[in-house]
Formats: sequence, C-alpha cells, structure tokens
Amino acid sequence: MLEIDNLSHVYGDGPTRHHAIDGLNLSVAEGELLCIVGPSGCGKSTLLRSIAGLIKPTGGQVRVEGELVRQTPANLAVVFQDYSRSLFPWMSVADNVALPLRRKDMTKQQRREAAHEALESVGLAEAGRKYPFQLSGGMQQRVAIARALAYRPTLMLMDEPFGSVDAQTREDLEDLVLKVRGHHQMTIVLITHDIDESVYVGDRVVVLSKAPAHVVGDLKVALPGPRDQITTREHPDFVHLRAEVGRLVRGVASV
Amino acid sequence: MIKTLIKRLWLVPVVLIAWELITKAVESPYFPPPTVIVSRMYEMWFSGPLILTDEAVDNFLPSIVRLIGSWGVAVAVGVALGVAIGRAAWLADYIDPLVEFARAVPPPVMFSVFLVLFTMGTQLQVATIVFGIVWPILLNSIDGARNVDRLQIETATVFGVPASLRLFRIILPAASPKIFAGLRLSVSLALILMIVSELKGSTDGIGYLLTIASANSDMPALWGGVVVLGVLGYVFNTLFLMVERPMLTWHRGARRTA
Repeated sequence: MLEIDNLSHVYGDGPTRHHAIDGLNLSVAEGELLCIVGPSGCGKSTLLRSIAGLIKPTGGQVRVEGELVRQTPANLAVVFQDYSRSLFPWMSVADNVALPLRRKDMTKQQRREAAHEALESVGLAEAGRKYPFQLSGGMQQRVAIARALAYRPTLMLMDEPFGSVDAQTREDLEDLVLKVRGHHQMTIVLITHDIDESVYVGDRVVVLSKAPAHVVGDLKVALPGPRDQITTREHPDFVHLRAEVGRLVRGVASV
Repeated sequence: MIKTLIKRLWLVPVVLIAWELITKAVESPYFPPPTVIVSRMYEMWFSGPLILTDEAVDNFLPSIVRLIGSWGVAVAVGVALGVAIGRAAWLADYIDPLVEFARAVPPPVMFSVFLVLFTMGTQLQVATIVFGIVWPILLNSIDGARNVDRLQIETATVFGVPASLRLFRIILPAASPKIFAGLRLSVSLALILMIVSELKGSTDGIGYLLTIASANSDMPALWGGVVVLGVLGYVFNTLFLMVERPMLTWHRGARRTA
C-alpha cells in the first residue's frame, strides 16, 4: 500500500540547514492502522508531507499503491492538526465536506448526500448548515475527519489530529477513528507524539528517532478487541507496550 | 428603533439650528443660512415635474454614472491584477516597483497628463478616477492574496481542488477581508476624484455645477453642491456596507471566537 524507501529530507542550506529525515524505510500494508510516534520536532510532519506529495524529499522515494508520489495521490486524504486553519471559515460545514468531491464525477445532489452521510458518521448530522467557527474545537476536527471520509480515500494521513483538543474530546476522537476504520476500507497513518494514543489506536506502532529521523522501533499491537478507553488501557499488554514505546521514544535501550 | 434613531441623530437638528442662527446673525455672503441653501437647491434641482429639474438630471446623472462605471473598472482591474501579483511571485518581482512608483504620483497631477492623452469628457474623467482609486484596491488585493494561509492552500492541493474553484472558493474568499478594506477606501476616494475630474474641461456633472456657481459667486448654489456630495457619499457608503456585511459575516464570526 505505502512504501517508503530510504527517504531523506534536508531543509535549507548553510547555517539554517536542517536535516529532518535520514534514510527512513517503512512499509504499510493495506488496511493497516499505523501510528508513528517520535519526540517533538523529529521530522514526523516532514514525513507526512512527503507522503502527501506536499514537499519533494531531497532523497529516496515514496510509493503509494505502487505509484511514485510526485504530487498528491488522488486517493489520499489528510486530516491536519490545525483544524481551525484547514477548514475554510467562509464555507458552511457541509460545503467544507463537499468541496473535495468536486473533482469526482458526482452530481450536486450526490455530493450533498455524500457530505451528509460523512457528517452523520462522525455524529454531526445536524451541523451541516453551521459555520466552523460556530462549533467547538473537537467538533471542528470531526468535520475535518468527515471531509476526509467523504472523499473515500484508500489512504488517510492524520497529522497529530488530536493535538489541539482537550483530553476528554481526545478520547472521543480516538474512538471515532477506531469506529470509522471499521466502516471504511482504508489504510490509516496517524502521526502523534502521544505514546498512549499510539498504542491505543494503532495496529502497529513505528517509533522515530529524534531528527534526523529514522525508524528505531516497529511494534505490533496485539490487544484484544474491541478496544475501550478503560479496559484496554489497564490491560497488561497495553501497559507493557506503552512502556516499550516510551523507552524507544526516549532513546533508552529496552530491557 | 425610534429611540436609537433619536439617540444617533439628535445632534443633526441641533447643529442645523445653531448654524441657521449664527449665519443669520453674522450675515456673511460666504456663509448663507441653511434655509437659503435649501430653497436655492429646491429652486435649481428639486422643483421639476418629477421632483428633479432638467438641470439636476443633466448633471447628477452623468456624475453618478461616471462614478459607478469608473469604480467598476477600478475594482475589476485592481482585484484581478492584485490577486495575480499576490499569487505569482515572479509577477510580483516585475510589477512591484512599478506599482510603488505609480501609486506615489498624486492623481490630480495625472489629470494634466490625461488631458493630453485622452479625449475631453467621459474618457478623461474615467481615466482620472480609475487612476486615483485603483491603488488601495490593488495593494490590498495583493496583500490579501499573498497572505492566504499556507495550510488552506495545502488543503486544497491535497484534495485536488481544481484551479478555478481554488481561485473563486478559496483564494478570493480568503483575501476578501483585505480586498473589502481596499474597496471601502476606494468608494470615498472615487467621490473626490469624480469632482476633481469635472472641475476642468467638463460640460456637465456636479463638479461642473460647482465651477459655474463659483464663477457666478452664487454661494447658496455652491453650498448646495456640497450638500449633494455629502448625501451621495453617505448613500454610496451605506450601499457598500450593505453588500460587505453579509459577505464578511464568517470573518467577524471567526475573529470573535479565535
């Protein structure tokens, strides 16, 4: 599904030069929910932007479904951390969700229905006519998720999607991601700096080193389903895994 | 409703009455009392068969048409060029110095140049008005289009929003608070330049009436022209706000909660 081969990226030149990613290899299978964790400023966003075709990496290759990424692949959607900037404030919620569908071969009516359906699946069926600023932060991020879902991507990238909401909302949104992945056939790559979140949400957790980033750990998360905020988090395997990931993130050798 | 109206407008009659009393007491020929101005205005312009006299129709209408027409041209040119310069860095490199130079030239100076370049009459007047008012529109459009949030552009890129939609649904709305700021300035500037362009070489218009009145030392008529201009300015500004307000509701809402 997603193949990253010896990816490197360097920003700038001279004294402002920043080596963000160095020789990163990663492969994601179809239908997988992969969480990428790493210390802040480690190049996670650079990685995501390379996958999305928003920047051209200085070295290595990214392939989505076998195709070399040169610009954003047609079947790829992104949920950004900063929903207040990535939703268009001058459009209603429904228009925000429907806008990306304009490139698809759909009638106006079909687009409207698809937008409504996507909003329904994130629990915002009634909010279509509202404007983003009339919604809370968590609801705005739900709109951004609905926009990505309506687009019916095969690969969904999420860049610290719950980094700007409070803890309660964060848990709700984590569960929303687990719920919608059950209904849609898609691969999800979720970037986070929250260790617990990566273990709770992911099928697999990849840990990046600090910049320049490369993979320092790759763990399978085999937790009994369905996952639940209380019981999953107290499960011995969860506790063990989060400790393991935590050590990797801090650069301490596992014991 | 009536209470707020009284609250907002009580000063107007007070000033008018004070003006009337003072000018009657002073008896200066340059400062006729408001009642004299109003009766002169009525006699000249508002005593026609359909309220307006021929003189009013023949002079107010061309002025207003030129004002609106020139403003339309300036908006079209200013916004189109501004957005293009704001979004294309290479274009900005070429045109920015020219813009900075041209906008530093006072428009009344250009009037003399245009006098040579263009035919007397409407062509000359439109050129003067457009040259005078296009700058705030152009500069604000450049600024607005240049500073569209990068994440908004990236979102459009990720979701493959086609180019025309990107322009009309993303770049223009994102730049619209700035663009409207420029348009608001241009509305009041347009009125000033309309008069300037009619003071010389014109055969009709409100500016022309003012020149005649001034040549005849007809002070009530001159003041009457000033009143008409004030009313026109107020009306245009009000109309503008009526268009602007619903179009920028989202902006005020987003700012309030941000």
